[in-house]
Amino acid sequence: MTSIGSLNPLDSPAFANYFLDAAYDEMFSSGGAVRPPYAPLIENFLAMSQDELKRRKHSADVSFLNQGITFTVYGRNEGTERIFPHDLLPRLITHSEWLHIEKGLTQRITALNLFLRDIYHEGRILADGIVPRELVFSCKHFRRQMRGLQVPRNVYIAVVGTDLIRLQTGEFVVLEDNLRVPSGVSYMLTSRMVMKRIFPQLFRRCHVRSIEHYSQSLLSTLRSLAPEGRPEPTVVVLTPGVFNSAYFEHAYLARQMGIELVEGRDLVTHDNIVYMRTTNGLRRVDVIYRRIDDDFVDPLAFRSESTLGVPGLFNAYRAGNVTLSNALGNGVADDKALYAYVPQIIKYYLGEDPVLNNVETYLLTDRAQRQHVLANLDKLVVKAVGESGGYGMLIGPHSSAEQREDFARQIEADPRNFIAQPTLNFSRAPCLIDEHLEPRHVDLRPYVLFGDKVTIVPGGLTRVALRKGSLVVNSSQGGGSKDTWVLNE
Amino acid sequence: MLSRVADSLYWMTRYLERAEHTARLIDVNLTLMLDESPLSADRRWQRVLMGLGNPPDFVWNGDADALANLITFDASNPCSIRSCIMLARENARQVREQISSEQWQQLNRLYHEVTRSYSGNMTDTQPSEFLQAVITGSHLFQGVTDSTMNHGEGWRFIQLGMYLERASATLVLLSVYTQEFWSQPDGNMEGNEYLEWIGLLRSCTAFEAYRKVYTNDVNPERILEFLLLNEENPHAVRHAIDCVQAALEAIQGEAGKRRAAPLRRIAGRLQAALQFGQVPEIIEQGVGTYLKDILRQCEEIHTNIYQIYIHYSIETALAG
Repeated sequence: MTSIGSLNPLDSPAFANYFLDAAYDEMFSSGGAVRPPYAPLIENFLAMSQDELKRRKHSADVSFLNQGITFTVYGRNEGTERIFPHDLLPRLITHSEWLHIEKGLTQRITALNLFLRDIYHEGRILADGIVPRELVFSCKHFRRQMRGLQVPRNVYIAVVGTDLIRLQTGEFVVLEDNLRVPSGVSYMLTSRMVMKRIFPQLFRRCHVRSIEHYSQSLLSTLRSLAPEGRPEPTVVVLTPGVFNSAYFEHAYLARQMGIELVEGRDLVTHDNIVYMRTTNGLRRVDVIYRRIDDDFVDPLAFRSESTLGVPGLFNAYRAGNVTLSNALGNGVADDKALYAYVPQIIKYYLGEDPVLNNVETYLLTDRAQRQHVLANLDKLVVKAVGESGGYGMLIGPHSSAEQREDFARQIEADPRNFIAQPTLNFSRAPCLIDEHLEPRHVDLRPYVLFGDKVTIVPGGLTRVALRKGSLVVNSSQGGGSKDTWVLNE
Repeated sequence: MLSRVADSLYWMTRYLERAEHTARLIDVNLTLMLDESPLSADRRWQRVLMGLGNPPDFVWNGDADALANLITFDASNPCSIRSCIMLARENARQVREQISSEQWQQLNRLYHEVTRSYSGNMTDTQPSEFLQAVITGSHLFQGVTDSTMNHGEGWRFIQLGMYLERASATLVLLSVYTQEFWSQPDGNMEGNEYLEWIGLLRSCTAFEAYRKVYTNDVNPERILEFLLLNEENPHAVRHAIDCVQAALEAIQGEAGKRRAAPLRRIAGRLQAALQFGQVPEIIEQGVGTYLKDILRQCEEIHTNIYQIYIHYSIETALAG
């Protein structure tokens, strides 16, 4: 670690465009010293020639392309697939940081799961006035069809990808809970595979914890949720099909788990039993890891024009003959307005203070808070509660007067549909941009599994806002990814 | 295995086999065309079109480059090599998790190679180089498939697609050539005619193999025998149907025999006909009629595969 000696890496030409300011830098302390876990990494990168770096970058890209690790860009004919932009420098997370994250996520998912169970049954938390009734029932992801429905093991949220960001103080906070159909885990797994191939020595030196058991854990989580009396359950992944932007991931996970990847048209229901069509006739299905939104799962129960779903599936689910993971109606718990109540929810069910804090959030249904937000639109971030993927968002400091006026009008018209948060100066990590290292904002999405127990593989998807100065990390908005290395003690 | 998956695997190789066959046919004919008069070139291209089963949108208008371009690169034409490879890949993409990564990478590489080398003009590109790349790419895919994929049910459907396509393609080509050149099979061959028969063998990658069996004595009857009834030539119809039959037996297993009864009958009868058939009998019966009948039986096998394994009705499945 000391081999860098007196030479400060920030003085090397590779860092010519680098800057440090109030934002937390993942690699450098505010004084400009390299954080100790990053020392071997930076040493390794600085020792490499430009050509060498380029060569490795190229070999990573080719590897992504040939493996078909791509996402679909809508609206284009031939080039509908693009590789997911990938940065070569890994993001490191120390052992103690990880323990803290793990503890916080376990607590959060446990509480949110109890919350979902409660609101679809007794509604104690509503009766006790902790969470306002109207907030829950006005949520467009609330599914009245789920009322009183018994889900196996009372597990609603089997798979979560929680978005964390790191504030200026270095503290990790939760930005968003994704409790419906979180994606991106395949990028975590494949990017690790590519990095191991490209930087084997570095990988060994850094003592990185393995994430390879993810698919195995996912399968045992799903199996543990099978309907009773099905000791050898048949588990399948349900995908909307090849034109879905996350199709690669659906196929990848099915292959890793060694189970069938089915589309709606492969499944049929008869007498509330779900079957898949095989060359050998019909075969019963017990657990469906569904990667289709609630609305499209069953045209008889939800949107009738859906051709992606399976008619009769919801009745089979209700009858307890098949498990859907995640459960339907989870969206009510990751609604951005409900998010503001998660600390109280944790307190209510578990009697604990949250380990991971929320970002300060203004609820626009509250008159005083709304006035404050409308007066400060140029400083705040406004988000539509039901949107994801970086859509329906106003970033105050980067916005124009017209955009602010437009949002102000929308907020006045439907305050329940929006929340506001301070513009966060979240952490940055060095990225290889052309020939230089430049700081870019990053978040972290670890993946939590919840079946008979909570499992979190040590890692996650670090998303990068690759455009200079951008705060949006979503892949649909010019974001990329980094491999995330959780270090051993 | 999911019916939809079997469907995609079947068409994946069927399209790839079609691309390979088309590429070889064009390559062979482009080479033969080099020392020819425009008149015979005219007939040649018409023959090529017929050999491809007369695709509906192809019209021969005297421009060899344009036609080659249409057959090779035109993405809007569903029978072009490029379209076939795109469709093969699209089918592979549908079953990405069923095939091996090596298979996917090989097919993906071929696809990118084909789309990249398109410059809009056949004469600008090195046609032969391109066509060879397609053929090699297809061969590589077959090798990768055999050595990286489980030889289970999925692999059997891959075999079905490949060999049914191959049998049909060989049958169509044989019909075209026999129709045109069968007139005087015992008489002396003109130089040109000799080249044509070799062209036929080459189009089926069977020239070298033929010579090893029959020496360089090019004789239409023997060629017919070699491409139709030979057991060992991988492009012979008999060999293809043997492989189809083996794949079908494996897919049925012991348990599925009853369900597949109609298919077993048709495929078994065709296999026997090719196994025990003889060229003089075929000639007596009329080569054209005979070939047409075999082709019809291949189509019947295809239809039955779909009725039994892919598009069966739920009622019959639940009843069984």
